[in-house]
Amino acid sequence: MIETDICIVGAGPAGLSAAAAAGEAGASVLVVDENFKAGGQLFKQVHKFFGSENHKAGTRGIRIGEQLLDRARKAGAVFRLRTLAYGFFENGVLGLYDMDSQELGLVKAKKYIFATGAIENVLPMKGGTLPGVMGAGAAQTLMHLYHTRPGNEIVMVGSGNVGLIVSYQLMQSGAKIAALVEAAPKISGYEVHARKLLRAGVKMYTSTTVSEIKGEDQVEEVVLTELDSDFKPIPGSEFSVKADTVCVAVGLSPLTELLQMAGCKLYFSKVLGGFVPLHGRNLKTTHDDIYLAGDCSGIEEASTAMEEGRIAGIGASAEIGFGTDKADELIKQAQERLDELRQGPFGDRRKSGMEEIFTEYEKGAWA
Amino acid sequence: MSRYFPQDTEYFSKLPGYPSQERMKKGPVALIECNQCIPCNPCESSCRQGAITVGSQITNLPVLDEEKCIGCGICAAACPGQAVRIIDLSKEEGIVAFPYEYLPAPQKGQIGNALGRDGSVLGQARVVRVDAPKAYDHTMVVWVAVDKEIAKEVCSFGGKD
Repeated sequence: MIETDICIVGAGPAGLSAAAAAGEAGASVLVVDENFKAGGQLFKQVHKFFGSENHKAGTRGIRIGEQLLDRARKAGAVFRLRTLAYGFFENGVLGLYDMDSQELGLVKAKKYIFATGAIENVLPMKGGTLPGVMGAGAAQTLMHLYHTRPGNEIVMVGSGNVGLIVSYQLMQSGAKIAALVEAAPKISGYEVHARKLLRAGVKMYTSTTVSEIKGEDQVEEVVLTELDSDFKPIPGSEFSVKADTVCVAVGLSPLTELLQMAGCKLYFSKVLGGFVPLHGRNLKTTHDDIYLAGDCSGIEEASTAMEEGRIAGIGASAEIGFGTDKADELIKQAQERLDELRQGPFGDRRKSGMEEIFTEYEKGAWA
Repeated sequence: MSRYFPQDTEYFSKLPGYPSQERMKKGPVALIECNQCIPCNPCESSCRQGAITVGSQITNLPVLDEEKCIGCGICAAACPGQAVRIIDLSKEEGIVAFPYEYLPAPQKGQIGNALGRDGSVLGQARVVRVDAPKAYDHTMVVWVAVDKEIAKEVCSFGGKD
């Protein structure tokens, strides 16, 4: 049995940030991640980030990943990569499976921080099982981790920031975006991201959906249909686009299985992506030894995930006696930066979603 | 494409990051088409002249001080939204600079299409300079010479059809 002060599941922006914070406070830190490389989505985010200088705005996600990983390592965090955290048991023990050695192991930590991230939502489509249909995140993984262009002519489904950014990255990799399709009447991501595509001549179709994907052994043609104001297909409005790849970017759902297994109470939040573990402003769940951070606490972005990770890392360490002198001040600063990121017309909804969860948590009705 | 977003220069010219016609005629100046209250301020922090102000509320739109701005192009490379260009109407030809992140890199002297906000071909563009210092981290700032009439609309460069 591995013993450690803090065990973090997930080495994405939230997990790495938590690892750096906890390590710097003096706690021993073990980070577990199923991937062969730490950094999570940061290494797929080759675009420059929004935010302020405090959030490393204007810097590409991939560079932020490198810096954060370096900082976590320097703080003494130990990484177990290619390792699945398969279960959390009643006695507060986490089960591990090493995918290379195929051996099982157990961890007993004083505090856990789950930074398990999110999973892409699926869109059922006729022909959706054909090779060439994939999540936008999968396309990003192919490009940025495997240096492989997923296809040459792409139909992107979804106009949120993920759909827009991945489309841009696909074009940078040399692919053509044959169409960007959105069921809602307007583009839902940031206008500046959409404009990068528009000025490159990408055709965008709002109030439109995929009615069928055709092809013999792989995607060859995508049939699109216009939708009326009730999102019902308009008969006779079908038109077809030639493509070899369909990328789906229709939102993310928090990955909460481990937290559920640990008995953490969930709360439904539409704006934060569905069922999320109930948690306080300090990122503590309804389980006394479990904190969480990043997309599993509600779908946001890498910059908010890093601040949440920091708060969780400092809080969890302080609770077991590390860095107690500076904890309150550091958490306050991170909290302020987090508030900064949740400002404005785009942050407001997420902020109110989070506030709702904090209020529910503070009521303590779950205890 | 105009059914998605405003495309006309008239609309953008009312934004606080848009320089005056008189200033454009004096020499290179930033032209900031940032119209959404995104929490973001690298334009402000990258500017060495202190010519761009977002302020403590980082969702504010950037305000340009056109007298301080020297049109260096650093903000054009820094803006994650690629919403900043540089414009210079002081010469016979209009000069425009914009961020560019595709390969192959445009080459000095290369002639191609001047592309508008919706990707339409507005006319011819001749590359006069490509800035790609390490600090821009793979964002090139491409300077092109175009017809003055279209300069305010030009925001990208495309190969000849």
